[in-house]
Amino acid sequence: MTTLIVAELEKNQLKESVRQLIAASTPIPGEKHLLIMGHQLDKALAECQLLPHISKIIVADDASLSDESAEKMAEVVLSIAEQYSHILTPATAFGKNFLPRVAARLDVPQLSEVIQVKDAEHFSRPIYAGSLITDVKVTEKIIPMTIRISAFDAVQGRNANGATIEKLSMPTLPNISQRVSLNLHDSTRPQLDSAKVVVSGGRGLSSQENFHALLEPLADKLNAALGASRAAVDLGYAPNDYQVGQTGKIIAPNLYIAVGISGAIQHLAGMKNAKCIVAINKDPDAPIHQVSDYSLVGDLNEVIPELTSKL
Amino acid sequence: MKILVPVKRVLDYNIKPRAKADGSGVELTGLKMSMNPFDEIALEEAIRLKEKGIASEVVAVSCGQTSSQDTLRTALALGADRAILIEHDGEFEPLAVAKCLVKLIEQEQPKIVICGKQAIDDDANQTGQMLAALLNWSQATFASKVEVEEDRLLVTREIDGGLETLSVTLPSVVTTDLRLNDPRFATLPNIMKAKKKPLETIQANTLGIDLTPRVTILGVREPDPRSSGVRVDSVDSLIDKLKHEAKVIA
Ligand SMILES: Cc1cc2nc3c(=O)[nH]c(=O)nc-3n(C[C@H](O)[C@H](O)[C@H](O)COP(=O)(O)OP(=O)(O)OC[C@H]3O[C@@H](n4cnc5c(N)ncnc54)[C@H](O)[C@@H]3O)c2cc1C
Ligand SMILES: Nc1ncnc2c1ncn2[C@@H]1O[C@H](COP(=O)(O)O)[C@@H](O)[C@H]1O
Repeated sequence: MTTLIVAELEKNQLKESVRQLIAASTPIPGEKHLLIMGHQLDKALAECQLLPHISKIIVADDASLSDESAEKMAEVVLSIAEQYSHILTPATAFGKNFLPRVAARLDVPQLSEVIQVKDAEHFSRPIYAGSLITDVKVTEKIIPMTIRISAFDAVQGRNANGATIEKLSMPTLPNISQRVSLNLHDSTRPQLDSAKVVVSGGRGLSSQENFHALLEPLADKLNAALGASRAAVDLGYAPNDYQVGQTGKIIAPNLYIAVGISGAIQHLAGMKNAKCIVAINKDPDAPIHQVSDYSLVGDLNEVIPELTSKL
Repeated sequence: MKILVPVKRVLDYNIKPRAKADGSGVELTGLKMSMNPFDEIALEEAIRLKEKGIASEVVAVSCGQTSSQDTLRTALALGADRAILIEHDGEFEPLAVAKCLVKLIEQEQPKIVICGKQAIDDDANQTGQMLAALLNWSQATFASKVEVEEDRLLVTREIDGGLETLSVTLPSVVTTDLRLNDPRFATLPNIMKAKKKPLETIQANTLGIDLTPRVTILGVREPDPRSSGVRVDSVDSLIDKLKHEAKVIA
């Protein structure tokens, strides 16, 4: 039994989520191999060599892979997939995009958003926006799955792992999709999906100006990432990649401060596993209070400036 | 050009799902079912392309039990020209749905398939990508904007750090994100008219596909509940609790 972990990169660097993928894979017996795909991967490769538990690193380095097209990445993974019992990738826009293509071509089902790996055949995953959990058994020759990063504690340690390095001989890649442009929101803040503290705003912020004027200083004080409800994103208060929830980011920070967010189940799906939840809402009956550790009922326009100034 | 829109019948998003008492599955009896919200968006996009004269025909298809006819009638009322039910009584996994859709697409020859990005019951987020792979088509997932050019689509996608724009060769599978459009509501006259539109049924077991579920569900349960928290009456007391009780800020 050998597991393949497909790591996500960002600007040619290894994302920290690889450590949670390794953690998720530990109950599966056998070796762990790591695949990185992209172009100019020297830096990423050096980072891979410091990861624990990895016995082999496979590098797929090709200029045409720099745009992370799903069609191409799936082809790369398929060229080695038959050697593996399990294929793991993060349940992010990256992993969700290509892994189902791999599964379909291998004629095996995929497990999405796995939150627990009990052994090589038993897994748990949320359904219905996390309102329910299902425990499943799969006995396929290859099991592709996307891993919900926030459900696993990263493996620790940085040591030369002595892994063998293999340069992948590139399969023929399809050319049916091209990236035209990429607009990433540059931010000096911690990233939403890995931040220890998140300050999130909803419709209650009432305007884009207010959203930023009130929440940015608070986030600055707490060294926090900013998040938002769907309503706040739809209304243009915040960019789309701020959305927390069933169909946005699913996160588990140490502290989540929900400001002017009612707590619809689709929103709770994205943050209810935070270690400490604070709700600031003027409605004492808002459902957000039911999942909060600390609820402050009040007008956010008064509470937030006071909180920011007193921190 | 013809557009195919797969629509799934799911528990209405306003209803809180519960596990069956014996933990064998999700309790659905007697509860309100609706079209998967992402599929409403997919259908809306297809209808708008028809209204702009870009699409010639919009065909809605659903894989499921006889009851999925309701969802297809809704699709017809919203503006689909025809509907097809691929009927099967048992569990329908994403891979099996994708395989049924492949058979249908071989017959119908659409240029574009617009799926939802995920069904809000299984939260799988797989079917569109699987379908594209089986057909060897391009894909553009999590779309927030779609423009049709002669033999390509320009699609803006919502990804983790922001937005990406792709140019994909047709035929293609698009999956919709929430901000692609605001779906319309069905009007009463259109609901009446929909009753006369064609709705065909194909028995899934005539398609030569093995529909046996391959993921065994051992149980469905509720997650551990959060212990209910406390009300704090002032900002000072909140800061005090965060510092000394929860110890999440310094
Ligand atoms: C398929 C689907 C997927 C979805 N996915 C997501 C998702 O991923 N993420 C998500 O967030 N939502 C999602 N939603 C939407 C979700 O159902 C809710 O509509 C949304 O979360 C509501 O956002 P909100 O809490 O900001 O707004 P509202 O529900 O309008 O709540 C605003 C809150 O602000 C409070 N407020 C107003 N003024 C003040 C003030 N001055 N001071 C203090 N409090 C104030 C109000 O009391 C209220 O509780 C999805 C919906 C669907 C159908
Ligand atoms: N049973 C089904 N019938 C029709 N379309 C489906 C079905 N299941 C999934 N789909 C389509 O595939 C999308 C993604 O579903 P899923 O992969 O299950 O999350 C949905 O939004 C639908 O467009």
